[in-house]
Amino acid sequence: MDDNELDEVVNEFIVESHENLDDLDRALVLLEHDNDPNVVARIFRTIHTIKGTSGFLGFSTLESVSHVGENLLSKLRDRELMISTEITSGLLAMVDAIREILQTVSTSGDEAGLAYPALVERLTELAVAPTAGVEPEAAPAPATFTPLTEIAETTPDVGEVPKPQGEDRPPASETLRVDVSLLDDLMNLVGELVLARNQILQFVQPQGDPAFNATSQRLNLITTELQAGVMKTRMQPIENVWNKFPRVVRDLTINCGKQARLEMEGKHTELDKTLLEAIKDPLTHLVRNAVDHGLESPANRLASGKSTEGLVRLSAYHEGGQVIVEISDDGAGIDADKLRRKAIQKGLLTSEEAHSRSDREMLNVIFLPGFSTAEAVSNISGRGVGMDVVRTNIEGIGGSVEVQTVLGAGTTFRVKIPLTLAIVPALVVSVGQDRYAIPQVSLIELVRLDAHQSPEGATVIGGIEWVQGLPVHRLRGQLLPLVFLRDVFENDLYDGVIDSEPRESFNIVVVQADDHQFGLVVDDISDTAEIVVKPLGRLLKSADTFAGATIMGDGRVALILDVMGIANRIGITTSERRGSRAATGVDVTDVSGTWRRLLLFSLGDRHLGLPLEAVARLEEFSPADIEMSGHRAVVQYRGEIMHLIDLGDELGMPSSRVEGQPMQVVVYTDANSSVGLVVDQIFDIVEEHLDVTETADSHGIAGTAVIHGQVTDVIAVKQILRSAVPAIFATASEVAA
Amino acid sequence: MSVETINISYCTFTLGDLHLGVPVTEIQEVIRAQVRTRVPLVSSVINGLINLRGELVTTVDLRARFGLPPIAAGTESMNVVVRRDDGAVSILVDEIRDVLDVAAADFEPVPSIFSGPCRDLMTGIYKLDGSLLLVLDIDKLLDVPAVHRDEVHS
Repeated sequence: MDDNELDEVVNEFIVESHENLDDLDRALVLLEHDNDPNVVARIFRTIHTIKGTSGFLGFSTLESVSHVGENLLSKLRDRELMISTEITSGLLAMVDAIREILQTVSTSGDEAGLAYPALVERLTELAVAPTAGVEPEAAPAPATFTPLTEIAETTPDVGEVPKPQGEDRPPASETLRVDVSLLDDLMNLVGELVLARNQILQFVQPQGDPAFNATSQRLNLITTELQAGVMKTRMQPIENVWNKFPRVVRDLTINCGKQARLEMEGKHTELDKTLLEAIKDPLTHLVRNAVDHGLESPANRLASGKSTEGLVRLSAYHEGGQVIVEISDDGAGIDADKLRRKAIQKGLLTSEEAHSRSDREMLNVIFLPGFSTAEAVSNISGRGVGMDVVRTNIEGIGGSVEVQTVLGAGTTFRVKIPLTLAIVPALVVSVGQDRYAIPQVSLIELVRLDAHQSPEGATVIGGIEWVQGLPVHRLRGQLLPLVFLRDVFENDLYDGVIDSEPRESFNIVVVQADDHQFGLVVDDISDTAEIVVKPLGRLLKSADTFAGATIMGDGRVALILDVMGIANRIGITTSERRGSRAATGVDVTDVSGTWRRLLLFSLGDRHLGLPLEAVARLEEFSPADIEMSGHRAVVQYRGEIMHLIDLGDELGMPSSRVEGQPMQVVVYTDANSSVGLVVDQIFDIVEEHLDVTETADSHGIAGTAVIHGQVTDVIAVKQILRSAVPAIFATASEVAA
Repeated sequence: MSVETINISYCTFTLGDLHLGVPVTEIQEVIRAQVRTRVPLVSSVINGLINLRGELVTTVDLRARFGLPPIAAGTESMNVVVRRDDGAVSILVDEIRDVLDVAAADFEPVPSIFSGPCRDLMTGIYKLDGSLLLVLDIDKLLDVPAVHRDEVHS
C-alpha cells in the first residue's frame, strides 16, 4: 500500500468516525435517560470499529482511549454496570478526546504526542467500580449485538435470488460521498447556466424561428430542473445541526444545576448546506441561552407551580419559501421592566427612551452589543457578547431573528432563514437608468399611488403626507414611512437631479426589515426574475446597502438591494407604524390563533379572506394563457406548470366571473410547488386583530370574521388544496404545516 | 546571466499626462469600455461593476484615485483587468500604450520630487528616452479607504 492509498484510508476513517461521533453524542445522552440495550450495542459497535481501525492504522493513543471506553461499554452491555451520570460524562469525555485526536490526525497526519492518561484512568476506574445494589444480570448479548460473521453466514441462504452475471459483487451502494467543493462548483456552473438561459430567452420572439423558440423553451425547462436538482444535492436536514444539542443541553443543565428536557420537531426540514453551517453557532447560542437564561432553577420552577424539569423546544418548518426555526423555553420569560433598568444602567438608552418604548420594542434591546441580563457572569453566558453576534450572523445570510415572550410562561426565538443563497426570486425595479433587484423575501406588497388618489387635506401629494418632515403613506390606516430610493442614492448618482416635476404616480415597494416595514419609492417596477446572487468583491465590502449583484438577461449588472442595510442607513428604527399599532392597544405578542393579515377577495357576492402568509403573489392570466392538462386547467408560470384551482368550484360558491375576461389568481407556494387559486376580484389586504368564529362544519372555511362591516369567510387554504390536488399537497402541506 | 540582461515587460497606459505601467504578468487582459453599473454610497474610486464573461468585476477609477478630474466627455476609459487572489479588478485608464521591455537594472525608487498620490501609488520609475515610466503599486492602489462618497466631498 503506497502513501496515497494510506492517506485515502486514513481520510475515510476520519470522515466516517466524525459522523459516527456526532451520532454517539446523541446516543449517549439518550442512554442516560433510557437504558436501551440496542443503543448500548450501537455505541459499543462504533467505538469497537474506531478501536480496531486505529490499531490497524497505528494510532496508538486513539487505540488506548477507545480501548478503555470499549471495556466500559462492554460492561454496560453485559449489564455488569448500570449507566450513571458519571459514566455518561466519562464516555462523553472520551468522545471529545477521540474527536480531538481525529482533528489532530486530519491536520498534521499523526497523533502528535497527544496523551490522555487522566481520562484513561478515569474510564478504567469507572469500569471496575461496581454500582451498588445492582445485580449483574445474565448477559443477553447475542440478542443485542449481532456479530458480523453471523450475517455473513446467513447470506448464502438467499442464493435462489438471481444474481447479476459474473462474480459475487457486493450490492451497489445507494449513496455516494461527494466533496462539498465539487457541489459548490456545480452550483456556480448552474448559476452561470441560469444567466445564459435568461440571456437566450431575451432573443425569443413570438414570431421568431419556431425551431429556435422550441429549443430555448427546452433549455429553459432543463435549466430549471437542473437547478432544482443541484440545489437538492446541497440540501441537508437540520437534524445535522440539532444532533449535538441534546449533549449541549445535558452538559449545561449539569453545570448550572437545572433540569431540562429537549424536544425537537421537524428535524427533517432541509436547507442548504452553507446555510446550515452558518446557523450552527447562532442556534447553539440560542439553545444555551434558553437553558441558562430562559429556564429557572428547579426550586424557582416549583415555586411558580411548574414541574422541576424545564422544556426547551426546537421546531423547524417551511413557510413561504423560508425555513423557520423556533427555539422556545417554558421558563420565566423576559421582563421588559428589567430590560429597561439594565439598558439605562448600562447607558445604552436614556431613561426617557427606555420608558417611551413599548414592552415589545424593549425586547429588541437584547440584540444590542454589550447587553446581558444575567445577574452574574458565568462561564456559560452573561458576558454580553452573543445575542448581537447571533443577530449579525443570521442577518448575514439574509435571515432574521425575532423574539416573543410571555412573562412567567417562556420565551420563543424565531429565526427565519432563506432556503438557499445562490439563486433567489427577486423584483426588478429601476431608478433613473439604473436597475436594482429586491429579493422577494423582503417584499410585502406593491402599492401604486395615482395622483387623483390624493384625499383632501393639507400637504398631500398623491397620497403622500409629511410627518415631521418625513414622507409617509397611509396604508390601510397605518402610517408607512417612505424612502425615496432616488434620494438615498441621490448624492452619488443623480447629482441633485431630484424628481422635481410632479409625477402622475408613485410606485411604492413595501418591504420588511426585521419588524419594520417601510415603502421604497422607485421610478419603475419591471418584473420578477430568478436572479443569481454574486457577492460583491472585496473592494465593495463597505457597500452595506447592497447584498450583492446579479447579471441580468441583457448582460448588464444590477445591484441587489439589502433592505436591512437601507433601513439602517435611513435610520428607520422605531417606526410610526409600530407606534400606531401599539397605540390601538393591539397586543402584537399575541399570535395565538388569530391571523393578523388577510387578503380580501370576492366570489360572486361572498366576501372571503385568505391568510396573507399563504399568498406568494397575485397574478392576472388572460384566458389565452390557460391550457389543459388532463381535466385540469394549468398555466405556464415561471418555467413550470402551475395548476389552477377554481376556488368557487371547491367551495361550492357561484362565481360571477365573466367568460373571456382576465382571471385574478392568487398564487400559493410552499416548499415544493405552486398552485393558482382563481378568484373573482381582489380587494385589499387588511391587517387587524381578528375575532374568528369557528365554523368547522363548512368545507374549506376556517372561520368567519367581520371585516369592514362585511361578513367575511376566512378560507382554510391547506384543506382546500389537499382535497383539490391531493397528488401535490397531501404530503407537501404536511411538511409546510 | 548577469543582472543587466534581465528584462521586464510592462503594459503601459496613460492617465492625463502620466505614463504608467504594470508588469504584464499581473495583467489578465485589456478591454475596451464596458457598460458599467454604478455603485452608489461607496468610495468614488470604486465606481462600478462590469460583467466580464459572467464574472462580476469591480472597476477602479484611476483618475479619481489620483485626484484628477473625470475623463473628458465623449472619451471612454479603457479597462486594464488585473488578476488578484480574490478575483479580477478592472482599472480604468485613459489610453493603452505599448508593451515595453525594460532592463530590470534601470529600475529606480520614486524620486522625492513626486508627492501626493503619485508618490504613494508607485513602486518606482524607469527613465525612458523622452519620458518617465511610473510603475503602479497595485496593492496600494486597491487599498481604498472605505469612505462614502458624500464624505469625500464634504
